[in-house]
Amino acid sequence: MSDALIEGKKLTKRFEDFVAVDGIDFRVEPGEAFGFLGPNGAGKTSTMRMISCVSPVTDGELRVLGMNPATQGSEIRARLGAVPQEDTLDLELTVRENLLIYGRYFGLARPVIRERADELMSFVQLTDRSGDRVDELSGGMKRRLTIARALINRPELVLLDEPTTGLDPQARHLVWERLYQLKRQGVTLVLTTHYMDEAEQLCDRLVIMDGGLIVAEGSPRQLIDQHSTREVVELRFDADDDRAKALALISRTDVPHENLADRILIYTADGETEVEQLGRSGVHPETVLVRRSSLEDVFLRLTGRTLEE
Amino acid sequence: MPTLLATRVVEHQAHIFRKFWRGSAVAYLINPILFLGAIGLGVGGLVKGGKGTVDGVSYLAFVVPGLMAASAMNGAAAESLWPIMAGTKWIRTFHAMVATPVGPGDVFLGVVAWTAVRAAIGGTLFLIVAALFGGVLSWWAPLAIPAAVLTALAFAAPLTAFAGTQDTDFRFPVIMRLGVVPLFLFSGTFFPVSQLPSWLQPLCWLSPLWHGVQLCRGATTGSIDPPEAVANVAILMAIVVLGARWGIRTFTKKLAT
Ligand SMILES: Nc1ncnc2c1ncn2[C@@H]1O[C@H](COP(=O)(O)OP(=O)(O)OP(=O)(O)O)[C@@H](O)[C@H]1O
Ligand SMILES: [Mg+2]
Repeated sequence: MSDALIEGKKLTKRFEDFVAVDGIDFRVEPGEAFGFLGPNGAGKTSTMRMISCVSPVTDGELRVLGMNPATQGSEIRARLGAVPQEDTLDLELTVRENLLIYGRYFGLARPVIRERADELMSFVQLTDRSGDRVDELSGGMKRRLTIARALINRPELVLLDEPTTGLDPQARHLVWERLYQLKRQGVTLVLTTHYMDEAEQLCDRLVIMDGGLIVAEGSPRQLIDQHSTREVVELRFDADDDRAKALALISRTDVPHENLADRILIYTADGETEVEQLGRSGVHPETVLVRRSSLEDVFLRLTGRTLEE
Repeated sequence: MPTLLATRVVEHQAHIFRKFWRGSAVAYLINPILFLGAIGLGVGGLVKGGKGTVDGVSYLAFVVPGLMAASAMNGAAAESLWPIMAGTKWIRTFHAMVATPVGPGDVFLGVVAWTAVRAAIGGTLFLIVAALFGGVLSWWAPLAIPAAVLTALAFAAPLTAFAGTQDTDFRFPVIMRLGVVPLFLFSGTFFPVSQLPSWLQPLCWLSPLWHGVQLCRGATTGSIDPPEAVANVAILMAIVVLGARWGIRTFTKKLAT
């Protein structure tokens, strides 16, 4: 009846009495790149671990690749690749050995693994480090190795929990490029991230989670259209007094706004006009920036928090 | 099939071992030589000027099977505590395993099975060294190797299971000092249990090591008593089975939260 690659219905994860994932519904279709966004503690990792079949479902339904994780976990895991939030590399072994050993867990033949290991090391640009012990690698290199390792079984579904956290911009672009390549080959991607640019670049569709719930769902464009205005004005003040006065003035109008630690955001269809009007009512910030709405704004308006806290 | 997947975990352990075998090889060969030299010959020399017998055999021949079973226990204990914490907490290699078709129960069984392989290697080398020292009396002696393996399993299974319940290693030294060391000293390893006060003697049945020592001694001295040996084997196997059932549970709880 359903040809979704992953389907969660009222999916719930509890740790003792604490509800980490609170009955979420979602579907991931074959070939799409699907994202989970949300602040710290939203329940992204808990969800990903249930999908990876390493953490049992407390309540609700979950089907992955058409199978039930509770009874067919091993078969499901054989066909997916998982990049956990925290690396689990074997630090005393070399880059290459990590790939060889991991391939054996899938029961792959040694010659096959050796060939794929070479391919994958070049895929993530670690060929020249192949003989180095993993604990000598930088954090970003370890992350790339974890991604390469997750691909050793040629998975049709790859789950990435914050794949690029801690990577420098260059390494991050390399990872994006590689993930994009996988997607073009028809691999389904599910990822979590704190970076909106990552979500905007990679995800066809995403959900925003907060407090174990899904608070919004759609393509990045749809989410911006539905939950934010066309433009955003960022006001910055040097003196706290000026800022407090401005905030009082703005609050008297019914302009939607958000008061952040370092700036005030104003949501509007037309930024320039809004700035003029504010000036006339006596708001004079030190710096003014008018920009288009982004996913970050959607996130802020829905959760009252910034993505990277 | 869990047992089949567990072999993939054994392979991981074997890979690490092959890579770092030099350190263990020294322990495998040097330790028996040191122990047999110091205790077998040194202490044995004190037993009526080296001419006395213990339970009808020379002290060296008496202590060889004791040390053999005890080193199987010590090896298993060392493999089953801190390295488990490394797998679940410190390096998290077990978490990598359970993201693949290998499940938590397979990880447990694989790790324990590998301890048995190591005990077989260690036991064989020990027996060869002991034979060169002249401490092996019977052609039944090779049977001491499976006996040492069973002894190792009887410690590895419950200790690995226990280590799977822990979040830090702070109870491990207590287990070594209050569990492993007393067993090492009082399980008929260095002197016959008959030297103990008579009311204490039956307690030896509670010591897994004593059962292992009895089996090894029966094999290397040729004094095996079949009905008692069957009981020794049955008790050790029961510990292994119960330990394994417990361990599969604790590993599942720890690795699949
Ligand atoms: N093993 C556990 N035992 C108890 N509570 C847990 C456990 N794992 C997660 N939690 C709790 O569940 C909630 C959700 O955690 P989760 O790791 O899923 O969040 P997240 O969205 O991935 O956050 P982050 O962005 O920080 O990675 C948190 O409040 C966390 O403390
Ligand atoms: Mg997380």
